[in-house]
Formats: sequence, structure tokens, C-alpha cells
Amino acid sequence: MGSKTPLYDRHVAAGARIVDFGGWDMPLHYGSQKEEHHAVRNNAGVFDVSHMTIVDLEGERVRDFLRHLLANDVAKLKESGKALYTCMLNESGGVIDDLIVYFMHDSWFRVVVNAATRDKDLAWIRKHAEDFDVSVDERAELAMIAVQGPNARELAAPCLGAEWAEQALALKLFTGMEAGELFVARTGYTGEDGWEILMPAGRAPAIWDCLVSGGAAPCGLGARDTLRLEAAMNLYGSDMDETISPLEAGLGWTVAWEPDDRDFIGRAALEKQRADSATRRFAGLLLEDKGVLRNHQRVVVDSIGDGEITSGGFSPTIGRSIALARLPAGDYDRAQVDVRGKLLRVRIVKTPFVRNGQVRIEV
Amino acid sequence: MSELPGDLLYTNDHEWLRREDDGSVTVGVTDHAQAALGDLVYVELPEVGLEVDIGGDMAVVESVKAASDVYAPIDGTITAINEELADDPERINADPYGDGWIVKLQPSGAIDESELLSPEAYQSLLDEEDA
Repeated sequence: MGSKTPLYDRHVAAGARIVDFGGWDMPLHYGSQKEEHHAVRNNAGVFDVSHMTIVDLEGERVRDFLRHLLANDVAKLKESGKALYTCMLNESGGVIDDLIVYFMHDSWFRVVVNAATRDKDLAWIRKHAEDFDVSVDERAELAMIAVQGPNARELAAPCLGAEWAEQALALKLFTGMEAGELFVARTGYTGEDGWEILMPAGRAPAIWDCLVSGGAAPCGLGARDTLRLEAAMNLYGSDMDETISPLEAGLGWTVAWEPDDRDFIGRAALEKQRADSATRRFAGLLLEDKGVLRNHQRVVVDSIGDGEITSGGFSPTIGRSIALARLPAGDYDRAQVDVRGKLLRVRIVKTPFVRNGQVRIEV
Repeated sequence: MSELPGDLLYTNDHEWLRREDDGSVTVGVTDHAQAALGDLVYVELPEVGLEVDIGGDMAVVESVKAASDVYAPIDGTITAINEELADDPERINADPYGDGWIVKLQPSGAIDESELLSPEAYQSLLDEEDA
């Protein structure tokens, strides 16, 4: 028996198939993962993401602390509520976790980290926070619901309370705001527009019911994974871990090199890797033959070398198999993948595969 | 509760067999198996004429979640494959004991039913897995 979110009873009542995820009993799907996937691309879906770890960081020097702790630069965050996606690295440039950090006000930032990495993340953050006199406060009493899809915001606005709807609908991309006891942010993990809503656990069931009766389809972790794969959003533990740097995981864009005197953890190791032409590349693959690409399958690049699929699966939107893969350095656009002893043809494509309901690659 | 027809034989690998009047055997995966796999997205079928040994790989069913081997439940020769599954693998989800059949086999000898499970024995297996 794992930990249960405040919405566990809702999932069971809706017929969810429950699986263990990082110590939590979470819904995998409520009947059909594919239908849930399509609901998010075409209308709206709602996800219980209360297992994620929310941490508030407070102190006079919290900005300096995060500029040291994170590979992206929170100095970019000037407006209250603005969010930033970033990696938290170890000294060798490996990724301890990827996270979203919200700027609340000058002495308060909020970070949301992965459930499966909670313990090591908190230990790492606490260890480094001491030097900056920053308090680290896990907000375990908060639940989190993501509502995603082209109609998600409109459908969800009434559920926030009438006094907040208008202001919430005016939120810019990657920005959040407090709405009484709630925190609403225009962020997500699906490649669609939508919100992530943080709330006291006791309010979660009523807000969930409001979203579902408004027309959002309950969606499980299965659809969450195929949606994020189509959007080419990395999954910690699959696409990167403590032995992999952001530069080898397609996350070079999240590393803020300027100003060049900002001393963030892992910087020296990343600088070395950045100058090395042998650093592996990270790319999207589209399967041209029949079959399904899966995690850990070997990618064979003729006369160059081997790579590995880090996230593979079937894309319900495209109707073909797609993958993210770590590949040997070099200039090429075709490869083969060893699928149970057979070499199948793949094309290397520019990601994302799908964004805002549209297929973005040539199929 | 998964559906479990009483006129079929079953295996420990969650496959079913139907003994047809012409002596052939139709094989598919059970309702329990399709539910555990989730939405099917691809089925790799064998060639007609392939000779298979009991326990050997015969087909692969792939869902949104995972790939799963389908093993030969008896010794025999593949006489037919369900070609509809190439374009519509979700037939296995919708109708695992009917339209979602996978292959037909001609047994190479007498079928040893002691190697297979009765509906009651298969139900016990499911009960144990749930426990």
C-alpha cells in the first residue's frame, strides 16, 4: 500500500486502474488511455498530480541561493508569479532533478519537484540552503490538479470561484497567481494550454468534481506519459538522471550561461562538455516501419555508433511510434532500432512531435 | 471481474484456446490479459505455415504500455492469422474471445489437456493473482 492523494477515492469510484508510482497509489487510466489522450488534445482532461512535491523557500537571500542551486537563472523572473523550468545539477553536471520554480515575491520562491526524487531533492536543497539562511518548507498539505487541453482554462475558470476567474483567464503562459487559498499557474506537461492548480487537500475533491462535471475527462499517468512524449518533454529517470547532463538530454536551452560569472552547481563540468564535440546528442525518432519503439532499445547509426532510446512508445495523435533517444555525435538523419532482434528504420525528427493539437513533424 | 467463457481452455500465460469442429484450434489472449495490457496499438503476427512448439514465441501484442509475447499453447502449425488486427489491434480490447482472436493452429498430435487450464482452474489463477 502506497501513499494516497486526497483524490484517491474519486479514482477508485471512477474505475481507475491503480498503480504504484514513486510510492504513491496513482491512477494509470480509467478505462482507455488512448481516449484520455485524445480528450486532452481535443477538449480537456484533468490529472491528479498531488504526488508531486511542493517546496517553499523563504529568506532575504533566496534569489542568490537559487542562482547558485539551479542551472537556469531565476534572475530572469521579474514579475510575481512567473515560472521557470530548470535542472538542479550535482557537481559533475548530472541532473539531480528537473523542476519548475515560481517567483512569488522577493523573499519567497516556490519549487515543484518530482515525487520519486523527493527525499534526495529535499536533502540536497536543505544542505545548500543553510549557507544562505533560506528556510525549506515542504507543503505536503497541498494537493495539485492539472487541467489541460484547448478548452481547459475556460471550463476550469468557474471552479476557482467567481472572484478569481477573470484574473486567472488573463494569466500569461508560464505564469501563476494566488487565488485565495489556491495557486493557479498556466503550466503543464502535455503540450496543450491549461492550468496547474495547487490547493489545500480538503478542497481538492470539490474542485475535481467541478472540473469533471464541467467536461474535463479524468486522465491517468498513462495518458500523461504519451502526451508529454508527443510534446517532447523530458521525464526524469528515463531521459536523464544523475549521470546525464542537461546537454545530453536535450535540455541545453534551460542552462543559463550568461552572466558568465554566475557560479551555479555543475557549471564547470558543463563548460567542459559544451566544448567537447563528442558530447552525445538527444533527438526525436519517428518509426518508419511497423512496430513500437520502447525505452532502452538500441539505436544503430551506420558507421558512427550506437545510441539508446530513453522514452519510446506509440503516439495516439500521429498513429505511429515515436521516441526520444540519446545518440552518438554526428550529422545524420536516419538510423535503425533493434526491436527484439529486428532492425527497424527510424527517421530523426525535430521535436516537439505534437503541440497544441497539431502534428509538428512530417509524417 | 473479467469475462471468462466456460467452453474454452486457458494457459498460465493468460491465453485461451477453442477446439473447433474441424480439429483446428483458435488462440487469443484473455479478457484479463487485454485489460492488464491496456489499449492495444500493434500486433506482430506469424506467417501462415510456421511450425510452433509448445511454449515458443508465436506473436507479440503491444499496448500503449508494453510489449507482451504470445506463446504457442500446443505443438502445431499456423493455419490462419487474424489479419484484421494489423489495422485494428483494439479488436483484442473490444472482443478478446471473438473478433480479437489471434491465430488458428493445426495441432501436430493429440492435445494434452493436462498442460492446459479449465475455466475453473484459470479462475483460481486469477484469484491468486488478485490476492
